[in-house]
Amino acid sequence: MKITEQEVRYVADLANLKLTDAEIARLSKDLDEILTHIDTLNELDTSNVQPMAQVLYEAEETATLREDQEREPLGNQAALANAPLAGGGYYKVPKVIER
Amino acid sequence: MSAGVAGLAALTIEQVQKGLTGREFSAVELAQSALEFAQAENPKTNAYLHFSPERALAAAEGVDRKLAAGEEAGPLAGVPLAVKDVIVTKGLKTTCGSRLLERYIPPYDATAVIRLEQAGAVIIGKTNCDEFAMGSSNENSAFGPVRNPAALDRVPGGSSGGSAAAVAQGTAVVALGSDTGGSVRQPASFCGVVGVTPTYGRVSRYGLVAFASSLDHIGPFGRTVRDAALVLQTMAGRDECDSTSAFAPVPNYVAELNGNVRGMRIGVPREYFEGLTSESGDLIRKGISVLRKLGCEIREISLPTTKYAVACYYIICTAEASSNLARYDGVRYTNRAEAETLSDMYRRTRGAGFGAECKRRIMLGTYVLSHGYYDAYYLKAQRVRALIAQDFRNAFHQVDAIVTPVSPFPAFKLGEKLDDPLEMYLSDIYTITGDLAGIPCMSVPCGRTAAGLPVGMQILTRHFDETGMFRLADAFEKAGGFTGSN
Repeated sequence: MKITEQEVRYVADLANLKLTDAEIARLSKDLDEILTHIDTLNELDTSNVQPMAQVLYEAEETATLREDQEREPLGNQAALANAPLAGGGYYKVPKVIER
Repeated sequence: MSAGVAGLAALTIEQVQKGLTGREFSAVELAQSALEFAQAENPKTNAYLHFSPERALAAAEGVDRKLAAGEEAGPLAGVPLAVKDVIVTKGLKTTCGSRLLERYIPPYDATAVIRLEQAGAVIIGKTNCDEFAMGSSNENSAFGPVRNPAALDRVPGGSSGGSAAAVAQGTAVVALGSDTGGSVRQPASFCGVVGVTPTYGRVSRYGLVAFASSLDHIGPFGRTVRDAALVLQTMAGRDECDSTSAFAPVPNYVAELNGNVRGMRIGVPREYFEGLTSESGDLIRKGISVLRKLGCEIREISLPTTKYAVACYYIICTAEASSNLARYDGVRYTNRAEAETLSDMYRRTRGAGFGAECKRRIMLGTYVLSHGYYDAYYLKAQRVRALIAQDFRNAFHQVDAIVTPVSPFPAFKLGEKLDDPLEMYLSDIYTITGDLAGIPCMSVPCGRTAAGLPVGMQILTRHFDETGMFRLADAFEKAGGFTGSN
């Protein structure tokens, strides 16, 4: 076993996912199979290999920098147009801090 | 004019240009007939999630006005375009195939969309896809699967299945998809059209909803190599809204389609053919003999780390996806589950909103990034990725292009592989290597099986050598008689 149901519940918590018991059971089985396959990577000795953190970048380090320019912003109304709940120019969420 | 309707939308870009300049039809007539035909065909395939008649007609009217005034109307003037629903369109719903975004209306356009519309393209609708582009069969869409126009009981491939099906059925001349591990090439192969994944950074991802940022690409579909090449050169190039977009100048790919492939060195990697006994393999081998007849020099090569690509890919893509998808928390994007506390609201929104495949990938990605596992998984995968990229660099010292299958098999039946995620992942083996290395790659039609199912051949070239890739694909398409295979 690469992963237990208890670990799956812990990871779901980290990922902010509310899962049903049936989903937990199914994911335990799926993740176990996938992680077992992933273990094949250990056949490769990579101790002298630099990790590929950058896919492809052929310009100088500062090439993406530009002069600061004033631009029309998106605007509060457009930014909030898709909010499930908004008010007073802000996103609204359930209360976080009790008075 | 029902035959004419289908006929109009089955045109190539060149034929559209001729029809417009010769006044055989107007851009508005073309847009209307494309929309009518696409809407009439959609119940069969479910290729489109929604249509954009107002935007299409406004764009088409603009093209007609320019043509009437004798102005330049752009290289894609009047060309009906379908856009995968993970690419944002201002004022036009963009769902990513997800319940979470079923009502999401973006406040801006993707750079690729802006550039194609400026060139005269007419967006007729947004296409169905696997949820957040995660899948190889288009069965992970929250809005129902897409059916393959070549065989309606089969999948179109994924995740850009709707775009591939739209072009294959002739409801759009060209389409945009996105490719992270094969999501353009595999559906192109399954549906019998051309699908292109350009070099990493070649096309701006500004406005492409992020799945795995070190692997995501926008790529075009067409019924001919020339059409796909023209769309790519129109949208490619540096964009200051995407710091990962490349500065390299964009060549005129279409002007370089000169058929001159004599002496081109083609590598055939043995790892991609081991155990490949299906009809797909036979068709690819026949395709390679066509290349030999064109004067190409065929060489067997080896890409030894190929067998580790799936494991490497599913660590990197899920790790990045789990981070990118964290933003769908019920605060900003339309759908929220009611709850008493903030954290419960996050959990319920995400638990109810994401489909099974997204959950699986978020879970795997969160696991491999969780405390104590980073070195064993993500860092290890990045090291293996470097080896896979090195394999290709070594190979390109000996050859100018590499030719492989796109998929181990042609389009499978709906539901056939849905219960075995690992098997589904393993079937991506031939396409994910190109994304991991960041090199250009494409699927070009290579004939059909006895049952009539399309099979695509993959061509891969060096970084930024789309020119050589298109030239080879174009010569192959013409020699093989596969042009407009639908």
